[in-house]
Amino acid sequence: MIAADAADVWKYFGDYPALRGVTLQVAKGSCLALLGRNGAGKTTFLRILAGLSRAAKGDVKILGAPARDEAARRKIGYLGHGIGVYDDLSAMENLLLFGKLLQLPDPKKAAEESLERVGLTRVRDGMAREFSRGMRQRLAIARAFLHQPEMVLLDEPFTSLDDRAIHVLQTILRESRDAGCTIVMSTHQIREAMELATDVALLERGKIVHQGPQTPEMLADPGWLYRQYGEAS
Amino acid sequence: MNYGLSAAWSIAWKDLRTELRTKESLNAAVSFSLVVLVLFSFAFDLGREELRSIAGGLLWMVFLFASALIVNRGFSRELPNDCLDVLVASPVPGWSIFLGKAIAGFVLIMMVELISLPVFGIFYNIHWDGAFWMIVFVAAIATWGIAVVGSVFSAVTVNVRLRELMLPVILYPILIPLLLGAMQLTGALLNRESIFGDNNAWLRLLIAFDLIYTSLALFLIDFILVV
Repeated sequence: MIAADAADVWKYFGDYPALRGVTLQVAKGSCLALLGRNGAGKTTFLRILAGLSRAAKGDVKILGAPARDEAARRKIGYLGHGIGVYDDLSAMENLLLFGKLLQLPDPKKAAEESLERVGLTRVRDGMAREFSRGMRQRLAIARAFLHQPEMVLLDEPFTSLDDRAIHVLQTILRESRDAGCTIVMSTHQIREAMELATDVALLERGKIVHQGPQTPEMLADPGWLYRQYGEAS
Repeated sequence: MNYGLSAAWSIAWKDLRTELRTKESLNAAVSFSLVVLVLFSFAFDLGREELRSIAGGLLWMVFLFASALIVNRGFSRELPNDCLDVLVASPVPGWSIFLGKAIAGFVLIMMVELISLPVFGIFYNIHWDGAFWMIVFVAAIATWGIAVVGSVFSAVTVNVRLRELMLPVILYPILIPLLLGAMQLTGALLNRESIFGDNNAWLRLLIAFDLIYTSLALFLIDFILVV
């Protein structure tokens, strides 16, 4: 079964084509590491999958529904470049707000469980702006996984995380993947990503130049895939 | 529909809660209104008749400039930490996000107006004679229009570098009909005239403005938020 299906997706910024006919299918329950150099189009593509941006051409379906459909967005967890939590709300208030927006049956219980999962129960009433960077990142992870999404879209999830936050994120991602959640993550931190990825796609100047299962070569040598494709062009 | 309305209320509640904690735009808007009202009262030595003819205009110019400070923060409040992305990626419909912002803007602008009106009364020697609550009624109708149009253009300019400058430049010309209506009705009330008699057309103008721009905004907001 296909969780994310992008067919001939184009996106322009002015006259510049940031995505040039991207066609990509992500199997349900898989973990896709979306690799590529800066400016390759990873974030643009993830934003289209998340329904944050419209494709100029092409079709994107998430779990069988168009990406902007409420049904699709209800099943998605999104963690972008920013942490997506409000500095002037407490950790608990942030999660309660998103719990209500996601129409969870018991937002308070879900918020408490999420805070416990990321180790922030002790500071649940502290304002997000008073948190350290690592704690803020963990709160962002709790927010993204609050509704136990069927699919998570992560843009550079390991960037500037401390060791503890990396461990928390990897644990949650591994548990989610094992529970059947589909994961799509763009990343430059190939080593961390390869520990979780079942599949790998490489974007090069707005085009998918490689898509396939993760191989032992990729795990042993993080630069291997780039040497095969990216640096040749 | 119910989900959309409850989501709008959650967003409005979040905006009001964060604003009342930080008071970023509220302090600025209230201070601005009070300072301008007080300075004008010292700058012009107005007789009763002159005051009656300009009071509505003076009051609404102050309210309009103060409102720009409030609505400017509407969507830009979502910029730190890319919170707007999370809202747009969530199942919350675009119109709910907009409605939440408009409700929060409306409440905050009304707070500024309710603080400013008594000060206006004191410094300009206004005898309300029962007109106070009717002016609040007119202000509520006009303020909804300002909050709606302001929220739409706050969304349009949210990623513009000079949005503090751009928003008023776009906002004020569109609000001219609303401003005319609010000025006329406020002036009439201060002159002890009814707003339902000869001035009924101005009241209908305000209500029509609110209905048209609210409908347009609810319909168009998705095209503004997702590009």
